[in-house]
Amino acid sequence: MIHWQVIIPLLVFLIIIFMIGFWANKQVRTSNSFLQEYFLGGREMGGFLLAMTMMATYGSASSFIGGPGVSYNLGLGWVLLSMAQLPAGYFVLMILGKKFAIISRRYEAITLIDFLKKRYESNIVIFISAISIIVFLFASMTAQWVGGARLIESLTGLNYTVALLIFAVTVLVYVIIGGFRAVALTDAMQGTVMIIGTIILLIGTIIAGGGVDNIMNSLVTENPQMLSPFGSDGSLTPLYVSTFWILIGLGVIGLPQIAVRAMSYKDSKSLHLAILIGTIGIGTIMFGMHLIGVLARPVVPGIEVADTVMPILTLEVLHPVLAGIVLAAPMAAIMSTVNALLILVSSTVVKDVYLNFINPNATDKQIKKRSFIVTTVIGLAVVFFALKPPEFLITLNLFAFGGLESAFLWSVVFGLYWKKANKYGVISSMITGLFLYIYITSEFPNIFGMHSVTIPVLASFFVFIVVSLLTHQKTKLTSKDI
Amino acid sequence: MQDKRFQIANREALIGVALVMINFAIWFGFAYGLGSGDPTEYQYILGFPAWFFYSCIAGSIFMIFLIWLTIKIFFKDVPFEDGEEEI
Repeated sequence: MIHWQVIIPLLVFLIIIFMIGFWANKQVRTSNSFLQEYFLGGREMGGFLLAMTMMATYGSASSFIGGPGVSYNLGLGWVLLSMAQLPAGYFVLMILGKKFAIISRRYEAITLIDFLKKRYESNIVIFISAISIIVFLFASMTAQWVGGARLIESLTGLNYTVALLIFAVTVLVYVIIGGFRAVALTDAMQGTVMIIGTIILLIGTIIAGGGVDNIMNSLVTENPQMLSPFGSDGSLTPLYVSTFWILIGLGVIGLPQIAVRAMSYKDSKSLHLAILIGTIGIGTIMFGMHLIGVLARPVVPGIEVADTVMPILTLEVLHPVLAGIVLAAPMAAIMSTVNALLILVSSTVVKDVYLNFINPNATDKQIKKRSFIVTTVIGLAVVFFALKPPEFLITLNLFAFGGLESAFLWSVVFGLYWKKANKYGVISSMITGLFLYIYITSEFPNIFGMHSVTIPVLASFFVFIVVSLLTHQKTKLTSKDI
Repeated sequence: MQDKRFQIANREALIGVALVMINFAIWFGFAYGLGSGDPTEYQYILGFPAWFFYSCIAGSIFMIFLIWLTIKIFFKDVPFEDGEEEI
């Protein structure tokens, strides 16, 4: 079955995105600093753009599809948990803030690894960082790509392969030709669609359910625990829910795709505005979408597959044209996450691997050519794997979020704010964090009733401090810059 | 010599930490303070259970207001390029 009302808004959406890609390509061709333009958009982002690209990169398939599905089953407790994401809007930008902006300009850093390289002066740090970024984010990209294709498949009735190709071609074309500028500009549009879609669906659901009072009454009748902070089955303990503040709130500083945005904006005013808009945007989407999942329960009862709650609800409660707009929101969320990952992995390969280890004296022309080729090859490789996702990529994707946070959170924060932080500290802390996270997640998930990211983040914190203090005599004072 | 801009940056980072602690306290305090009782005896505000209203709705709006206020009062404009600060 093909839903035209859903396809038309999606088509309009794709056409605008293409146009943005071509416009950005003009900037790329006329810029006199290719690397900075292609991978950072020339550090020219204003406040609105910065807020939107942070929000859109952060909000992914799980905010629009997975999250509401869990709320549908667990109730208001899951909305409470999702609000741990509010700090992602202000905390990241306040901590990295002006210091990261100044230092990354001083170091002429284009990537997060550039910063780590100049700050710690160690090839091992570059090596561990590049490997973890490439491996983890390649896996996440594949997973998001699969999610995007499945969504198109379920909305339009096209088969999986065709859906995947439509999705892939769109994203690849504008990212390859337009670089970071195209990514940020499309993020602004996608972020706007995400916010508007959330608000429309929230209002539509409340109306369809006969008002909030009515919906809450139905929920109490079904199972009063749906309204408690502990979840419908009592599984959400305060400790467990609180540790999510590390995973989805504070630890977000350590996600390279987020951190790199904190070096791409224009001036202080942009930062201030972005903190405010970003917090409002993330708050609206996370609160709205997760609450929608709970409110949906009496409106569309008995849904078995959690991931279908949001699409089924939308088609049920909204006018077809509005449904089309709302269903473009998860699409936008997936695209805006994927495009950020693609340009980031590409910058890691070109700037951190190729220019560092393979050909440090590459000419501008060579760099340009390599950048386009690398972005294309990575994109095509993701498509290839997404056609039939292998088991190991799916497993790796589960480790990606927490793994990157365990590796990068303290390397970035201490690198910026602690003079004694040195390469021995950062290397031991990264290795501790990564291995502990993978080990705990696979062997003892929910250890001591906490999310598995908690112990690795704490352990890498202490290892970093102890090792840096023990070895800081060995390294010359390289941190005069901070 | 310590760059003046870094003192500003350090202070703003500490403000960020303070805001998160306030945010967490509001979120945790209302949710488990008001929500731990029997769900059939909850108070309701605007249709929502009181714990949920204060922790997730009013708490978030208050945080956004507080963020706006701190930026307005404490956050300073600084140039990002080296060399500009002397001019």
